[in-house]
Amino acid sequence: MSRRGNNKKIKYSEVVPSMQEWPIVQLAKNRKEFIEDVAETSLENVLQRSRGRSLREELEMTVYREKLRIKGNPWKVDPEDDRAFWKTIQHRLAESQSLEKEEADKIEQDLLKEIVMRYANEIAGNFKKSSYRFARSFVTVGFARLLNAARVGGLRSIFSRQLDLDDKIHILGYPEHIRNLAKKGTVVMVPTHFSNLDSILIGWVIQFLGLPPFIYGAGLNLFNIRLFAYFMNSLGAYKVDRRKKNPVYLEALKTYSTEALRKGCHSLFFPGGTRSRSGMIEKALKLGLLSTTIEAQRINYQKDGEKATKIFIVPVVINYHFTLEAPSLINNYLKIKGQERYYVENDEYSTSYKIATFLLKFFTKGSNISVAIGKGMDVLGNYVDDEGNSLDTNGNIIDPKDYFITDGEVTVDHQREHEYVRILGKRIVEEYHIHNRVFASHLVAFLAFKIVQKKNDKLDLYNLLRLPEEDLELDYEEFKEAFKKLRKKIFKLNKKGKVGVAEHLTRKADDAILHGIKNVGMYHARRPLVKKGKDKIQIQDMNTLYYYHNRMEGYGLEKFI
Amino acid sequence: MGLKSLFSKPVGVIGMGSFGTAVANILAEKSDVLLYGRTAEKVSEIQASRISSNQKLNDRITLTTDIEEVANKCDIIFPVVPSANFRDMIKTLSPYLRPYHILIHGTKGLDISIKESNKVTRLNPLSRDHVKTMSEVIVEESSVVRVGCLAGPNLAKEIADKKPAATVVASHFDEVINVGQRLLRNDRFLIYGSNDLVGIELCGVLKNIIAIGAGAIAGLGLGENAKSLLISRGIVEMVQIGQTLGGNAQAFLGLAGIGDLVATCSTNLSRNYTVGHRLAQGETIDQIIESMEEVAEGVKTVDIINELAKTYKVRCPITESLYKVIHQEMSMDEANTFLMKFPFRAEIDFLEG
Repeated sequence: MSRRGNNKKIKYSEVVPSMQEWPIVQLAKNRKEFIEDVAETSLENVLQRSRGRSLREELEMTVYREKLRIKGNPWKVDPEDDRAFWKTIQHRLAESQSLEKEEADKIEQDLLKEIVMRYANEIAGNFKKSSYRFARSFVTVGFARLLNAARVGGLRSIFSRQLDLDDKIHILGYPEHIRNLAKKGTVVMVPTHFSNLDSILIGWVIQFLGLPPFIYGAGLNLFNIRLFAYFMNSLGAYKVDRRKKNPVYLEALKTYSTEALRKGCHSLFFPGGTRSRSGMIEKALKLGLLSTTIEAQRINYQKDGEKATKIFIVPVVINYHFTLEAPSLINNYLKIKGQERYYVENDEYSTSYKIATFLLKFFTKGSNISVAIGKGMDVLGNYVDDEGNSLDTNGNIIDPKDYFITDGEVTVDHQREHEYVRILGKRIVEEYHIHNRVFASHLVAFLAFKIVQKKNDKLDLYNLLRLPEEDLELDYEEFKEAFKKLRKKIFKLNKKGKVGVAEHLTRKADDAILHGIKNVGMYHARRPLVKKGKDKIQIQDMNTLYYYHNRMEGYGLEKFI
Repeated sequence: MGLKSLFSKPVGVIGMGSFGTAVANILAEKSDVLLYGRTAEKVSEIQASRISSNQKLNDRITLTTDIEEVANKCDIIFPVVPSANFRDMIKTLSPYLRPYHILIHGTKGLDISIKESNKVTRLNPLSRDHVKTMSEVIVEESSVVRVGCLAGPNLAKEIADKKPAATVVASHFDEVINVGQRLLRNDRFLIYGSNDLVGIELCGVLKNIIAIGAGAIAGLGLGENAKSLLISRGIVEMVQIGQTLGGNAQAFLGLAGIGDLVATCSTNLSRNYTVGHRLAQGETIDQIIESMEEVAEGVKTVDIINELAKTYKVRCPITESLYKVIHQEMSMDEANTFLMKFPFRAEIDFLEG
């Protein structure tokens, strides 16, 4: 499939050529003031949105949870004074209790201020122009070099420019559209999330498309790994600590995102929250950060009226044959779902070394990746045109400002906006299904799993996963017939614009099946599917097969098997 | 309060049937109202007499035949037209609707729309994909998201006679519920709120089926015991199919469910009840429909729910037998015998799980 000797590659120019004008650069320049702004606003929000608790109760709860975290789950990245800080807060809070109400109130507010300030500092990204340049060229040039060394002709070709990352990664959908939108307003990219590699991959896509860097919330745990920490910091990441679930922290995090959006920083959310453990396309999105797009848009309208910057949501679907973490993700999923005691394997991303060897494998062996850029939408999920105008279902231009209007005025209504987030989340999931691209590997996994399931329709999932090997052998001819039938349905869905189809799936059935079997989970120690002799297919690992099969759930295909 | 309006703009009502007129009159106690009717002659006739569906119109109601005017002048609109015309009406209105509009409908029926790409076949039977509630139609056909519905025991004639009543305004949006309450509430009209929009819509839709049954029982002269049996079996059937179609059990046990059911099953003021009554006395459905002034939503609903029940494998014996009676596959007496022999297992089985 390589396009050797074909030089008609698309090169995208920079959307905003001058780095000085990138919002993220502006933000980095005024980092200190920005953090103060975030702290100030989150302070106001916490005070305003009390959830039936007094400020003292809120603070006590926060201190309690933080101390629990420090004791129960300390990380390398945690600041050295973590324990001391919370101890002091606790002490001062306790001491103030006996004071007059007025004095005590003041101290409570001061403590809250210190806490939000600390959180805002912790969350804030450390974007540096110089290391951004380096990291960017490392990702593009470095990987391209590796790719050439492996694919074109040994080490000598390490300086060859025949193959680029874009041979490996197919960008589909509407790349020009997102470039246009980045000129008209603030873009929020919401990709599906299956692997930790996604953020690096998206980072590459963003710069390849000539877009200025996007800020995004990266799990603080990833900063434990130096290699990741370096890239994250230089590519505009801010830190999200999933251990901290207290309302004050969450408010600070949301405010950070809202304010950055208000400043025009393009952002990247993985709305699944965390990697999909089951391998299914996200059904229910984590709505927390998504809500900041709606809030930021409303504030833009409140403050800037007709000149308000628009926020565009762009769903992105990443597809590959293979997810490095599949075995541990699916085990984790099954463990949570219960019934069986599953032991958890090591996280494949635990050391820099493991990642490096994986990346080498990944970029040097087959297995293509596709990244589908969806159509842009406004914060309510209406499609927008290239000019950034929102369109209703009949294609008429509408003004998203109207969603925030009551009796002629922009109004604040949190319950309403909560509903809007739900609507937006639903729309994003719909778009994911449309832009999901069926790979042969997904389809063979889906089919193999469903055939076994149908043969054993009395068994529940957990017993199914424990079937002995002799029950996991499939007849090839039977499989092929079923495959053809199912593929026809997929092509039909494709025609209706309900799903994408990879080119290799259109090959002759035998070839497509072979391609699928070869690629499904190709780097796992135990590959989920292998061809056995001429007329059999053997399932070797039901757990990972289940994981890859999940990718095709949600299209109602099971009734055609 | 007097003549002062709650909102700076008039409130719109679409549909001049008996319930549309009743709603317009309630609204007019607090706001200026713009009432839309489709046919010019009928509107000018009503304009002259100031009487619509036997109800005298409040002075604050202005009539119009221009649907664009309704959208332009009103932020809040109450569509109350039969379900069979609802989608077309919204399509006509849609170009003038904006996301700031709030729509609260009062139509107790379902919409069927079968697209070329989603035809009903043996493998693809009639399902929730084809059948929509009115709020879903509004969202599908327009840019309006702030939608709600009105449902409850609201016999138009009693409301017109200024007798006390209550209703439920349901919406996902607290804002819509509040608006509905502020506009409609008065000292003889109570308004409850609910966030289970689909559940409340389905209450109003499904109770019409049972109302036909109640009319039939009265028509056959089977007595009050039999009617009570039907009502209590009816509520079970409503919950079961209602949950399948996306509502919560609680909705059916409230004012819009049991409340409305009891009202419609007890009076010949209800159109659906009348249909059942006349069926039992041997008239055919065509004869009945022809002689009725307004649409009895229940007839169409029986057809739809009968199909959906098959698709989702939910037993709905009352709906099934009414379907057969309406389509002359069974006589009313046979239906009665069928229901009396039906092996209902548990009396109430929807409260668990």
